[in-house]
Amino acid sequence: MPPPVRRISVEAPPTVAQPPAGGNGHLPGAAAAPGLRQMPRPETTPVERMRTEELSIAYGAKLAVDRVSITVRQGEVLALIGPSGCGKTTLLRSLNRLVDQTPGAVRGGRILLDGEDVDRYDATFLRRRVGMLFQQPNPFPMSIFDNVAYGLRERGSKKPSKRELEPAVTEALHRAGLFEEVKDNLDHPALALSGGQQQRLCIARSLAVGPEVLLLDEPCSALDPLSTQTIEETIVALRSEIAIVIVTHNLQQAQRVADHVAFMYLGDLVEYGEAAQVFGSPVVERTREYVSGGFG
Amino acid sequence: MSAYAERIGLSGLLGRLRGDESWSVGDRIGLAMAWGAGLLLCLIAASIVLYMLFRGLQYLSIDDLFSHPEAGLGGGGSGGFLDAIEGTLLVAVLGTVIAAPLGVAIAVWLSEYGRPAGLARAVESGVEIVAGTPSIVLAIFGLLVFQQSFFGLFSPVGEGATPLGRSFVIAGAMMSLIALPLVVGATREALQAIPRHVREASYALGKDRASTIRRVLLPASRRGIGTGITLGMGRIVGDTAIVFILLGATLRFEPNGGVPVWDVLTGNGSTLTTFVYNNSPAGEGGAPEKAYAAAFVLLLIVLVLNFLIDLITRGRGASWTR
Repeated sequence: MPPPVRRISVEAPPTVAQPPAGGNGHLPGAAAAPGLRQMPRPETTPVERMRTEELSIAYGAKLAVDRVSITVRQGEVLALIGPSGCGKTTLLRSLNRLVDQTPGAVRGGRILLDGEDVDRYDATFLRRRVGMLFQQPNPFPMSIFDNVAYGLRERGSKKPSKRELEPAVTEALHRAGLFEEVKDNLDHPALALSGGQQQRLCIARSLAVGPEVLLLDEPCSALDPLSTQTIEETIVALRSEIAIVIVTHNLQQAQRVADHVAFMYLGDLVEYGEAAQVFGSPVVERTREYVSGGFG
Repeated sequence: MSAYAERIGLSGLLGRLRGDESWSVGDRIGLAMAWGAGLLLCLIAASIVLYMLFRGLQYLSIDDLFSHPEAGLGGGGSGGFLDAIEGTLLVAVLGTVIAAPLGVAIAVWLSEYGRPAGLARAVESGVEIVAGTPSIVLAIFGLLVFQQSFFGLFSPVGEGATPLGRSFVIAGAMMSLIALPLVVGATREALQAIPRHVREASYALGKDRASTIRRVLLPASRRGIGTGITLGMGRIVGDTAIVFILLGATLRFEPNGGVPVWDVLTGNGSTLTTFVYNNSPAGEGGAPEKAYAAAFVLLLIVLVLNFLIDLITRGRGASWTR
């Protein structure tokens, strides 16, 4: 049980502690977790891609996300952290409107992709631009090649042909760092791969569609440290081309991969800032307790 | 021996039964009964197969498989049972061809759509009612329906232009109702075993529900669908009541009209089950050796069907973490 906490007043506008932005402030050495090395972080120029405005989501009478406004930029990784049930996964799932699939879910506020309200897009079109990776690796019961080609093919058909799709599939596997391991077995069943390979296959499957934003829902929680490191390196490498949002319970992971961090608690966005600042000198007491392992 | 007993856990069992461990008497009796029941079932299954194998090989001659039945005045020498074998296969194929797509469609609707909830409950009850209806009742109902002159196309027309209500298509159609609930049940179970995040992964790639079902969910349920079809076929092949009432249980094929294929489908015939009955001491044939041989062939057909379906639906079982 988390300790009792004062809810941010319902009437007041959401209070978000947000220090002045700028640069890719990353605390050197902050990520020195045992076994996982710090990866190189190429400089990027952050560009805003998605934004939520006063976004609220309720499941029936339960408010899961309470008027959260947050910005997702290409060129950086945004980590959503917070204790279980704080609404971070719901927030993530709302960005590609997957939350609409949940019976009883109601959404208020706006979500913008490149300035356009996502409700104005067809959901299938939106999800091609905003990809998602899940906690459990979930390749489809088909070959490695067909998994990556799945999103590229017309619905339910084998068109376009394997030959036409080959360059795109190969490229996606390269970007996900899986190609060398599977290049001779592209026609093997995907479910025969190891867990870490399956998850990288799922990354390749998402990348093949050419998303501009990639949502990651605790992508490494089912994986071993080595697979985790490979995937984290992929995430950091991809951030220059794709805006990345990652939900994680693993604070070391958030420190290793994130440029910005949002701390959520009971549906509220409590603190948002550069990773170095949120972990190094949090403004809000609640954040300080969480990042120092006080609760959660 | 003791190492082997150790490996299969037998020594633990014996130890527990002897009372080496602190198991209560009630638990020990329960454990012994559970083992006993399992072993008894193995024994029964083995004795059925072995007895039928023994009897079958004793009485079966290869000629029987390829020659038509003859009307005999009691005793042996009444020909083979080619027609009954063909009839069995025909009925099984007809029933499955109708039940499989229908059953899979119902299961997909129940599992993936199921709205409005009231309608879904009604469909569920419908499937349960069909599953619980004895096949003799289905047969009588089928007769009632297909004797209407509206369905005259499907069976020979008797006196007064009333259709007889008996033919392979009609028997196959009613047989499909026996298989249907099994296909629905197994397919639905397989679909529900697929975690939600697998469906969501497909949606997250910009696919709609229809292509997710077609390209992901149905392939992942292949084994379950195969199991349902196998069980359904087994029930169809073993059914006797519908054959008597809706197929005529005639000695040989009795085609209806002159159109090739259609004449057989709308004509009468029999299957191995009615052949066995008619030749058993209980029936009129009084040729028990033919009955034993035919029963053995029936058992073989069921085993071969199971094996074939298993072969078709084999493949790595799709398994994900929930």
